[in-house]
This record gives sequence, structure tokens and C-alpha cells, in this order.
Amino acid sequence: MECCFDPQWPADELLMKYQYISDFFIALAYFSIPLELIYFVKKSAVFPYRWVLVQFGAFIVLCGATHLINLWTFTTHTRTVAIVMTTAKVFTAAVSCATALMLVHIIPDLLSVKTRELFLKNKAAELDREMGLIRTQEETGRHVRMLTHEIRSTLDRHTILKTTLVELGRTLALEECALWMPTRTGLELQLSYSLRQQNPVGYTVPIHLPVINQVFGTSRAVKISPNSPVARLRPLAGKYMPGEVVAVRVPLLHLSNFRINDWPELSTKRYALMVLMLPSDSARQWHVHELELVEVVADQVAVALSHAAILEESMRARDLLMEQNVALDLARREAETAIRARNDFLAVMNHEMRTPMHAIIALSSLLQETELTPEQRLMVETIMKSSSLLATLINDVLDLSRLEDGSLQLDIGTLNLRSVFNEVMCLIKPVASVKKLNIVLNLAEDFPEYAVGDEKRLMQIILNVVGNGVKFSKEGSISITASVAKAELLRDTRTPEFFPVPGDNNFYLRVQVKDTGSGISPQDIPKLFTKFAQNQSPALKNSGGSGLGLAICKRFVNLMDGHIWIESEGLGKGCTATFIVKLGIPEKMGDTKFPLIGQSAAKRVQTSFPGLKVLLVDDNSVSRAVTKGLLLHLGCEVTTVSSREECLRVVSEDHRLVIMDMCVSGVDSYDIAVQVQDRFTKRYERPLIVALTGNTDKLTKENCMRVGMDGVIVKPVSIDKMRTVLSDLLEHRVLF
Amino acid sequence: MDALQLRKQLSNYTAQLFDEGFLDEQFTQLQQLQDENNPNFVVEVVTLFFQDSERLLDELAKSLVQPEVDFKKVDAHVHQLKGSSSSIGAHRVQRSCISFRNCCNDRNVEGCLKSLQEVRHEYSLIKDKLETLFSLEQQLLGAPSE
Repeated sequence: MECCFDPQWPADELLMKYQYISDFFIALAYFSIPLELIYFVKKSAVFPYRWVLVQFGAFIVLCGATHLINLWTFTTHTRTVAIVMTTAKVFTAAVSCATALMLVHIIPDLLSVKTRELFLKNKAAELDREMGLIRTQEETGRHVRMLTHEIRSTLDRHTILKTTLVELGRTLALEECALWMPTRTGLELQLSYSLRQQNPVGYTVPIHLPVINQVFGTSRAVKISPNSPVARLRPLAGKYMPGEVVAVRVPLLHLSNFRINDWPELSTKRYALMVLMLPSDSARQWHVHELELVEVVADQVAVALSHAAILEESMRARDLLMEQNVALDLARREAETAIRARNDFLAVMNHEMRTPMHAIIALSSLLQETELTPEQRLMVETIMKSSSLLATLINDVLDLSRLEDGSLQLDIGTLNLRSVFNEVMCLIKPVASVKKLNIVLNLAEDFPEYAVGDEKRLMQIILNVVGNGVKFSKEGSISITASVAKAELLRDTRTPEFFPVPGDNNFYLRVQVKDTGSGISPQDIPKLFTKFAQNQSPALKNSGGSGLGLAICKRFVNLMDGHIWIESEGLGKGCTATFIVKLGIPEKMGDTKFPLIGQSAAKRVQTSFPGLKVLLVDDNSVSRAVTKGLLLHLGCEVTTVSSREECLRVVSEDHRLVIMDMCVSGVDSYDIAVQVQDRFTKRYERPLIVALTGNTDKLTKENCMRVGMDGVIVKPVSIDKMRTVLSDLLEHRVLF
Repeated sequence: MDALQLRKQLSNYTAQLFDEGFLDEQFTQLQQLQDENNPNFVVEVVTLFFQDSERLLDELAKSLVQPEVDFKKVDAHVHQLKGSSSSIGAHRVQRSCISFRNCCNDRNVEGCLKSLQEVRHEYSLIKDKLETLFSLEQQLLGAPSE
């Protein structure tokens, strides 16, 4: 600028030269910088501020231009140059201002890019760290799985623990790993397993040390001092810097801990202590993931131990059961021997005891017939009385034991009920009259004369019940009522366990004995039927008897499918004994009064079939006559036909049975069967059709079944066979 | 003869018939069927048997001399005869009927004729015996008892 004021100054040409040169270089630089920028930006892939670059480039170029034009202004220059110079300067000014303004916006952005870059770098470092962590955790997990697998693959307690220690030692590169188990007393911990020492012996540590309590108090692994008693497992040499020690509790779970609603974490009481030591002088530290590994392993060990414990328990239980089995077997065999011995004894005694008794009784009664002085007579009477009592006692005891066994069986026969009761009355009247008691017997109008049952035992029951009534009454009257029990009255709500089932062939006899005696208090009633239990009332203490009577009665009544019970309103109010027994109905045999041998409850075959209308089809006159005779003998009404047509003509719903001889020559008898069946639309109307044949082969039978016949009879037919067949047919409507 | 002796003779004779196989269990059954409702049951049935058998035997003889023997018919007749004899317990007759039937099945005319002879023979034997039996029984019924 100084140049414009003084263009002719020839002074400092040197200065001007330098300025000239500097301006030239500046211009050069200014032109080359944008070029370089453009070159490098083109080379780089990412540059967000192109617009800025353009601006900047323009600024620089213009600056360069200015300086370049400056070159011409050192010497005299024309007005054009001046104008150009001015224009260039103006432009430059404009652009530089614009650029300056722009930079205010740009530079903060650029700076923030930098910070972002820093931030990302930090983030990357962090992620790297985390990656490292995850990797280590995964490693740990793998180790844990492997360890668990090793531990859980065995059910032997020692193997489990040993393996745990070995594996842990290996995984974590431990110097020492030890397990302290609680002793039986629970007051000390004993070193049970150790990694380096093969047979650790003798180390015990009291369980209530603070460090131990600290470890037991949490389920985490706890760092403990290497100087604590549990950690001092190796002799310390002077220069060792012991490695860090960690201890963790191992819960010892019992079988009883495993209840569904009661998870074991709160209910274990016993722990073992696992101590792990890092190698000394290694400057290693326990990392978090290693601690976690240790905790998980401790848990797994607990589980594995409990499994082992369960196994041990179950083995023990099984052994125990086997022992018990053997013992029970032995006991059973002994019991059987005892029962056999008793039965033998009874069998022998039965005979052995009764024989002398009978002898005594018989001879004493004979003796009574002879001439005796009064004293002698008294003595003989006493002997008689005592011996009959004894005989009764013996009989009762023997009966009872047989009843209990279930080996007693009733002697079923036809009996005359009226005479049974009359006999009872005869026996009891003398005794009652001595005590001035009145006995009344009431038999219902429909009282059956005959029945089927065990006469002797029935009388025994009635005598016993009536006798009790007499025994325990000092005055008044005894009334005996006997009737046939009606079905509705049988179902007594008071005796819900008694289910009488009246049937066609039996009825229930109900006998009630009321007395006005001393009565029984309600709490004594259940004891009445128990063996040897007597009513302890002092007045009756010496009334004799063994207390067996009612027990035996009850058992006999039960054998007769009945029920016995006693009611009393209380002491002094008398009592009522009632029993119901099942007796059979004797069957009639023509008009003979002679009673039949009764029949057991099993299948009863009808002996005659009066009024049974039978149609007999047989073309052989002889066999027709024979079969007809057979049927007539059994009481049937027989119509005979000798041909198919006749059969179809004659058959009607009156006929209950059609017997077809299969030898109807030339004609398929099966055909007739089908035709007969077709005649009757309703199944119950049609008669039963039975084939009579000499063929025993299955084919015939099958054919008969196929055409819908109801049975096959194989010739020759005896009377009994025909009787059974007819009976079956009528009962079941089918014979097959 | 008095009743006791007659009875003894009758039972001996009956026993003999059973022993020799002329009669079997079925005959006993027949006897059991005879009661006061049916006093002549056995006689009636046996008479029926005789009548029936004679008819059948004649029929058989006629059929077997035909030039073309109708074995079916022959078989049917023999079957009938077998049935009748078994119904009254004529054991030997029944047995001979069985062998007759076998010949029939074989369509052996010669055999059939021979069997027919046999059956005839047995029949006449049993007829004889039964008639004797019945006459003994009649005597017993008529005899004076002690």
C-alpha cells in the first residue's frame, strides 16, 4: 500500500524485491493449497463439508489472486490493473468475511466430531472388556457343567467329594482344596477330604469359630484369612506369601428335608465347609466369576450328596424290609405250627376230656338210682352238678374255639320248631318255678311247624338266651315270643350291618325274650357278647357261668346268617334279648308227613314238573313211547307227534317245551325248529325247543345253537338227567 | 311155585340177561319209569318195539332184494331200528344195527344181507327172552304171597 502513495521512490529496491518474492510465494501457496485440498478430499471417501471446501477454496484462491495482482502494483501500473486489483480485493474481502462467518458454525461441529471419536474409542474399549468378561463367564459355566457332570455321575459319597475337590483344583488351579465335615456330635468340623493330602487324619476344629459362623451364615463364598484354623493346612515356610483363601458352605441335606411344600433352604442345619486356596506367591486374586463357580459347585455337591444319601437310605430300607420279611415268614410259620398244635390239642382234648366227663356223669346218675344215705345222696348230687357244669364248660370252650376257627359247621336237618320250643319250656320251667318266675311262650299263628336248620344249636341259643333271662331275674315273668320275621321289619335301622336276604327257600325266625330282671346299664351292653366278660354287678358275681354263653350264641346266630342283640332301659328295668336266624323251608314230598333230608343252599333241582306242557316230536314209535313215559314219570303233560307237519299243526303257546328227536328221518330237524320259532312273534310266548339226539359231536350242537334252539340232550337219557335238564331249562331258559 | 321163589327166579333171569349183554342200562330206566300211574309201561313199550321191528325187518328184506338197492332207504330203516332198540335197551340188536349201517355206507349188498340176517337173529333172541321175562312177571303177580 505504501507503494501506491509513492510510486517513484527508488529507495529500498531490496525490500521491494523481497515483498515481490513473498507475494509471489504466497500466491503460489494460496493457489496450491486448494489444489492439495481438492486432491486429498477427492482421495478420501468421506468429507461432509464440500460446500465449506468450495468456500474456503474460493477464499484462498481470491487471496492468492490478490497477492498475485499485488505483484503488478509495485511498479507503475495502469488504471485497469488498479481496477482489477480493487475488484479482486473486494471479492476477497467478501468471501473471507463469509468464510469467517461460516467457520463460526463449522468449527464446533468439527470439534464435536473429535469428541465423538474419543467417545467411540472409549466405548470400544469398554465392549472389549465386557467381551473378555463374558468369555470368562462362559468358560466358568463350562467348567461348572463339566464339574457337575463329574460329580453327579456317581452316587457314591466319597467319589463325589473327591471328584469335586480334584476338579475344582484343576479348574481353578488351586494350591489346596479341602472339605471339613461336621462330626457326629455336631460340635466340631473334621477334615475329611483334601486335595494334596491323601488321608487327612486328626484335624478337627470347633464348629463355633466366628470365621466358620460367618461362612455358614451366607450362601456366598467368603474370603477368609489364610491364618484361620481351617485354612492352615500346610506347614508355612517363612517366605511364603500365602494365596488368598475362600471358604463356602455346603449344605448337607437329609431325606426329611425334601417335602413338597417345604423347600430345603431354610431347614438344613448341618453344613460342611469347603476351603479353597490359591497358589501362594502367585499374586492371583479371586475373581468374581471364580467365586460364583465355587458357589455353584457347592450347591451341586449338596444335591449330589443328598442323592447319595437317598440311595443309601433306600438300600438300608430295602435291607431292613428283607430282614423283616424273613422275620415275618418265620413268625408266620411259627404261628401256623402253633395253630396246628392247638388244633391237634383240641382234637385230642375234645375226645379225651369228654370221655371221662361222660363217664363221671353217667356213673353218678347211675349211682343216684341206688340206695344211698341222705349224706351220700347229697354228695352224689353235688358231684353230678359239678360234673355237668364242667361238661358244659368244656363243651362251650371247645365249641367256641372251633367257632373262632371257622371250623364249626352246622348240622342241617329238618326240625320241628314247635317241639324245639316246647322242649325249651320243659327244661326251663323247673328252674323258673324254683325262682317263682312266670314263663310265657307266644308262638305266632303263622308259625311254621317244620323248618330246616341245626336243631341242637338252635335249641342251645334259645336255652342260653332264656336261661340268661331266668338267671338274672329275681322275680316277675319271662316272656318268649317267636314269629316269622317279615321282610320290612327285617331292615332295622338299629342294626345297619345286618342285611337279611329273604329268599324262596328260607325264612327268618324271630325270637324275643323279655325279662323283668335286673336289667343292664347301657354302657355294659356292648360287652355282653365278648368272651369271658361278665357283668360285674356284685349281686350277680356268684351266679356262676363262664361268661361264654352269649359269645357262643352270637357266633351260632352269625353262622345262621342272623343277628342277635340285647336292649335294656337301664338297671332294674329288665332287658329284652332278640335274635333273628335264617332257617330253611322244608319242601313237600307228596303227602307224606315224613320230613325230608334238607338240602343245602346250593342249586336245587326240581323233582317233578307238574303241569309242564311238553310237545314231543319223534317219528320212532318206540323211542317216542319211552321218552313220553319218562316225561310222564316226571309229572309233565305230554303231547306226542310223529311228523313235522303234525308238529307245526299242534304246537301252540301252551306248550312250554318242545322236545325234538333229531332222528326225524329224511327231514332236516333244524328246519322244523326254525319254523316253530317263526310261528311265534313274541319271544316269551314261544316254547323252548330242545333237541334230543344220539350224536355227541360238536357239529350237531353248533347247528342246534345256530338255528336258535335252546338246548341239546344227548341220548341215552336217564330219569335224573331229564330231571336236571328240565330243571335247568326252566330256571335259565337255556341249556347251552 | 311161591312168590319168593318166583321172585328169585325172575331176578336171576333178569341178571342173566344183563350179564349176557342182551339188555343194558336203558332197560333199567324203563323199569324205573313204571309206577302206579303207568303199571304196564315196560310191556307196552316192548310190544311196540316188537311190532315196529318186525315191520322194519320186512321192509329191509324187501329193499335188499331189489335189483337197484336204495341204500338211502335201507339206511333210514336201519337207523330207525337202531333207535328203537337203543330206546328199550336191546343192546345186542343195537350193536348189530351199527354194523349193518356200516355195510350200508359201503354200499355192500352182500354185507347188508349178512347183517340183516344177524339183526334178525338177535331180534328173535331178544324177543324170546323178553317174552319169557314177561311171563315170569305175570306168574309172580298171580302167585300167592305169604
